[in-house]
Amino acid sequence: MKSITQMLVMMILVVGFGSAVEVLRPRGVPLSKRQFYEEDKPFTCLDGSRTIPFDRVNDDYCDCKDGSDEPGTAACPNASFHCTNSGYRPTFIPSSRINDGICDCCDTTDEYNSGAKCENTCRDLGRKEQEVLQKMAEITKEGFLLKQQLIQEGKNGQQEKQNKLNELQNSKKELEEKVEALRTTVKETAEQPEKEAKERHLKAWEEQKAAVQAEKDKNKMAEAFLELDDDADGLVSVVELQSHMELDSDADGSVSEAEAQALLGGVDRVDTAAFESVWSNIKDKYVSESQPVDAAPADATPEEIKEPVTDNDSDQYPNDEDLPEEEEDEEDEDDDYPEEDAPPTARTPEKKDENEEAMPPYDDATQALIDGAQKARENFEESERALRDMDDQIRNIEKEISFDFGPEGEFSYLYSQCYELTTSEYIYRLCPFNRVSQKPKYGGSETNLGTWGTWAGPESNKYLVMKYEHGTGCWQGPNRSTTVKLTCGKETVVTSTSEPSRCEYLMEFITPAVCQEPSSTDPQRNHDEF
Amino acid sequence: MFSFLLFRMGLLLGLCVFFLLGGVWAVDRGNFKTCNQSAFCKRQRALKPGQSSYRALLDTLELSDSRLTLQLINDNNKVHLLLELYRLQGNITRVKINELKPLKPRFEVPDVLIGEPPTEPLSVLSRDDNGLVLSLGVESQRLIVSARPFRLDIMEGPEVLLSLNSRGLLAFEHLRLPKEPQLHCQSAEGGGKDKEEDGLWEETFKSHTDSKPNGPTAVSLDFSLPGVEHVYGIPEHADNLKLKTTDGGEPYRLYNLDVFQYELYNPMALYGAVPVMLAHNTQRTMGIFWLNAAETWVDISSNTAGKTVFGKMLDFVQGSSETPQTDVRWISESGIIDVFIMLGPKPSDVFTQYASLTGTQSFPPLTGLAYHQCRWNYNDQDDVKAVDEGFDQHDIPCDFIWLDIEHTDGKRYFTWDPHKFPQPKDMLQGIKDKRRKMVAIVDPHIKVDSGYKIHNEIRDKNFYVKNKDGGDYEGWCWPGNSGYPDFTNPEMRAWWASMFAYDQYEGSMENLYTWNDMNEPSVFNGPEVTMHKDAMHGHWEHRDVHNLYGLYVQHRATAEGQIQRSGGTERPFVLTRAFFAGSQRYGAVWTGDNAAEWDHLKISVPMCLSLGLVGISLCGADVGGFFKSPSAELLVRWYQTGAYQPFFRAHAHLDTPRREPWLFGPENTALIREAIRQRYALLPYWYQQFYQAHKTGQPVMRALWVEYPKDTATFTIDDEFLIGRDLLVHTVTEEGARGVTAYLPGLGEVWYDVHTFQKHNGAQNLYIPVTMSSIPVFQRGGSIIPRKVRVRRSSECMENDPYTLFVALSPQRVAEGELYIDDGHTFNFQTKKEFIHRGLSFVNNVLTSKYSNFSTKSWIEKVLILGASKPSKVTLKMDETSVDFEFDASMSVLTLRKPGMNAGADWAVVLL
Repeated sequence: MKSITQMLVMMILVVGFGSAVEVLRPRGVPLSKRQFYEEDKPFTCLDGSRTIPFDRVNDDYCDCKDGSDEPGTAACPNASFHCTNSGYRPTFIPSSRINDGICDCCDTTDEYNSGAKCENTCRDLGRKEQEVLQKMAEITKEGFLLKQQLIQEGKNGQQEKQNKLNELQNSKKELEEKVEALRTTVKETAEQPEKEAKERHLKAWEEQKAAVQAEKDKNKMAEAFLELDDDADGLVSVVELQSHMELDSDADGSVSEAEAQALLGGVDRVDTAAFESVWSNIKDKYVSESQPVDAAPADATPEEIKEPVTDNDSDQYPNDEDLPEEEEDEEDEDDDYPEEDAPPTARTPEKKDENEEAMPPYDDATQALIDGAQKARENFEESERALRDMDDQIRNIEKEISFDFGPEGEFSYLYSQCYELTTSEYIYRLCPFNRVSQKPKYGGSETNLGTWGTWAGPESNKYLVMKYEHGTGCWQGPNRSTTVKLTCGKETVVTSTSEPSRCEYLMEFITPAVCQEPSSTDPQRNHDEF
Repeated sequence: MFSFLLFRMGLLLGLCVFFLLGGVWAVDRGNFKTCNQSAFCKRQRALKPGQSSYRALLDTLELSDSRLTLQLINDNNKVHLLLELYRLQGNITRVKINELKPLKPRFEVPDVLIGEPPTEPLSVLSRDDNGLVLSLGVESQRLIVSARPFRLDIMEGPEVLLSLNSRGLLAFEHLRLPKEPQLHCQSAEGGGKDKEEDGLWEETFKSHTDSKPNGPTAVSLDFSLPGVEHVYGIPEHADNLKLKTTDGGEPYRLYNLDVFQYELYNPMALYGAVPVMLAHNTQRTMGIFWLNAAETWVDISSNTAGKTVFGKMLDFVQGSSETPQTDVRWISESGIIDVFIMLGPKPSDVFTQYASLTGTQSFPPLTGLAYHQCRWNYNDQDDVKAVDEGFDQHDIPCDFIWLDIEHTDGKRYFTWDPHKFPQPKDMLQGIKDKRRKMVAIVDPHIKVDSGYKIHNEIRDKNFYVKNKDGGDYEGWCWPGNSGYPDFTNPEMRAWWASMFAYDQYEGSMENLYTWNDMNEPSVFNGPEVTMHKDAMHGHWEHRDVHNLYGLYVQHRATAEGQIQRSGGTERPFVLTRAFFAGSQRYGAVWTGDNAAEWDHLKISVPMCLSLGLVGISLCGADVGGFFKSPSAELLVRWYQTGAYQPFFRAHAHLDTPRREPWLFGPENTALIREAIRQRYALLPYWYQQFYQAHKTGQPVMRALWVEYPKDTATFTIDDEFLIGRDLLVHTVTEEGARGVTAYLPGLGEVWYDVHTFQKHNGAQNLYIPVTMSSIPVFQRGGSIIPRKVRVRRSSECMENDPYTLFVALSPQRVAEGELYIDDGHTFNFQTKKEFIHRGLSFVNNVLTSKYSNFSTKSWIEKVLILGASKPSKVTLKMDETSVDFEFDASMSVLTLRKPGMNAGADWAVVLL
């Protein structure tokens, strides 16, 4: 439209501190570029591509490729318009927003010919921004102080950890030596004599058992001889033997003469002395005539004997009581020490006591050796346990130390802490450097929204965003993950959660640890340019 | 947006085990019927070509001025049919066949025709015992009625254009009493007695039994098209533009269905159905409009296809075996035969003819042609605000933000989730302040909940569809147990429309528009995920009206509601998924739940082209793909394609990662921004194309053969298309493409690359190297296209902006075009004739613009003349002022600097 295509030079009224200054320049030109737009001189496009008469500046037709001839109209697609926004922040808007019926500049200068009713809101905005900035500055200031503390605490903590680690590593060395020493002690000094004493004891007992057995055997033979010697002539004959069907060695249903003779060593009869060798051949088969239905005593061995029941008190295992406060990671380690460290076996024989053939109790000397060895073992095990605990501690500390807690360790205080936020449906839980989870408020199981992945902020400051990944999978979707955005504040608190995209969560987290040092020139930077 | 929620729901219902069986990303074919599983289709398809049992009783002929009636008799069962023939104005012949005396009335489709079509006189030219010859008025066209067997041939001069029942496949299953011993009407002709199990009176598919109180009611008819090798249309199918022969395979099916993860290149039914087929050869274009809303199957066979594949098997084809011929057969489950034969002869004539029957494309508000940002779902008001701001931050234009089902209070449409959207008006006002709009979804299934006002009113007014036993029909959909309002009832529609009034639809404002999804209707636990055929709409079975349901939902129900709320002044904008013939009158359609795959991007072109051929121009596909997640490359290419398709909306499934245009890195953001900007710059042209579509019924997105009907090279092209006549688009739909080969049609014509202005000759295959920023688009030499190159954040912001005219000269150094301007959103263009419609022409070095009766603030900022030579001087004729210009000799582009005349004024620019 021709009416708006005239050269528009506007008058800018800048309200400073009590003084008014008029600055003439073409519409949409920032003061910093004013010198390029000199009235009555040909205008050279700012990219130098061409020179046009000055009346073609802001004539609502795009002549320059870079759009610089139309800073105050919408004619060039790539141009931008400068709003002075007195009282607030000056800004550039794309020139497509000039006269589009929408108020973009708070000083209304972008809508000079659209009929849009815009109100100058710059002062309001400026005041509000001022307030916000003030508040922010205060928060930042306090936050930054807190951060210094956190840094100090972090450093101290880190130092402590390092010291502890060194200490532990030293103690570990000692402990290792001790364990080695104990191992030797147990093996050589305590277990060897114990073993020998036990063996001695066992041997004596076994010899005794053999003697008893031999005696029993002899008695049995005598009984058998008497039984067999039906005619009581002091000799066992072939005929006498033939009545014992169990001795039917060829299983033809009868004990033939030849079989009986063979059993008697090729003679027709034997006396008591010769019966000894016969007996040894037949004693396993021989059935006593006086006990026709034998209760098969061999099978009657009491049940208990089969399975020595070890009263397996698990209390005796190395356990948690002296582990450090960290409890999360130990599960897997428990299993590294299988049941070989079984409880003392010395107790088990007592259990077999009912058996008539039970081993007699150890004599005092042997028992003393056993007790000594047991004690040594326990010592050894305890030391080993202590060593493992120490390893755990070292691992935990090393793990903690290995986290990137920020350039000055300011995030270290978040370690092993958890922060919750309750919404209408869920309780969200952020455990920094560990995991994020979600639990329905009214029952239901917890869902893992991601475990600690990495710092993921912009290049300028990666410590503004945390990324938690590989949470519980979604139907037809990715594994859940959470992005945690950190902003400066005095407290440490989760302020909001959302799920902008299915299974991709966003959490806002306030912490002093990201508070920047307030710049000394602030906060009065929002002035008009001069 | 049928989704995994269905999956969940399916589990709940215990009927969707099929989803668990692998192949998550493919349709479960077993869930949908094949022809063999649809009793009437199986029955009818078993009927082989041969001697028809139907005979015309010539002595029953009655001829009034415009109507001829004649009885037909089926010699097998002696049932009489009544044939009605009409000659309609505009070269259309209507053939209606019904029972002479049906036991009760058979369903005739209402509300699709815009009125009783005006007729023309018919006269009998000659008559004997074998038949009669009727004059069809113009151009020596005759209609020959053969008596024994019955057959119709439409001839022009010595040529047969089209024949009916030439293969003897006319079948009309008459109504009968259940007890009647089965006479084995025509359908059982070849089969003898072994057809008892054919599902005449009852039919079961999967766990659903269809009680068929009316027994068999199918109708069928064959059409022969001598000289035709290319047929198109009968959407909606995810298939190529040119229809394939169905011999040995499934017929194309028309039955509105909510198909979960549909497959491509396949004749399965989809969400919408338009029973219109176009037949084309270099001499003539014709159309067949089979007006029947029941489940319909279409068989296509071709002797040329047969020759290459099956040799002589198809020797039943009448006439010389050397003449190519296509045979088509329509089979519908109920209703009557009511066919409109549109005789062309030009493609544009067929469009005019079809529009004269069912109306033209609604003229959308200009904003509806701009960019739409949708997602299932924008979570809450803050999310909406952030997305709105995201567009401004990234300087990307956007007109609409859409809300899917999650915005409602528990899937109760017309309500808002009280936690996520507590202040909908604040949200809408915020969007309005940016001169943008919103759309909220309103689906036609209503939660059965006595605490829900809409449900209570529908129930109390007895407006629900009934089940076969007379109770309210209930099925499962998003809200769980749902009722389905009977949109075929005009009172129901009027009531529904009234629900869009600002005082009824709480939280709505004038910049809130509507989206009707799931209106096939989708019934999760129904047979084939839709309504039981024996459900009742008043007197009629759902079987009769199925394909109409979606049209009614969008019809006076929703679109009319939007008109009414404004007091009749504002044009509505309603998107629908289901549609039927006539749906073009009510708004936009989209291709449903596609997927983020290259093939789905590719298929969007033929799918929308097919819809354009049958009147539905405002078509689009979900940009980016609904299911799955697109790569950045696919997303960019999809934006570049969508920017040149009529309805331009990005949409995404609930389970996919966010994909607003700025989430793929600065380079891709810039590429997407540029694609959307190209769309906005071209909005004046799009808008005027839709004005034309509204006035004339010509498609906006056009198959090449429509404009180049004699060029056989264009007949199967469906990877490029025209917008109107003047823009040719070949978007890039291949992953990693380095170039595309575009066919530039038109011997002796020239085309100008719209980006470089380079000129190319027509009638050639042109290889175009492409980069990620390339969108190959060409302007036809001889055309003038207006653009608004000052792209702003929404179309409304651009209302008063000036135009740049792109004058692309033909080799004869002439060009013409037009400029259409109105207020962009009211009916005043119609009711008050408030519009500017100027003819622009460039002849003899003078560019002129004439006629208008509306005013605009827009002016002509710039004129580019492509293919020009350098003038010595350029003047404005009205005041003889001279116009500055620049001439680029390398591309022969003359740029007139700021001629400045008002876009509504008479003017002329002279090149000296």
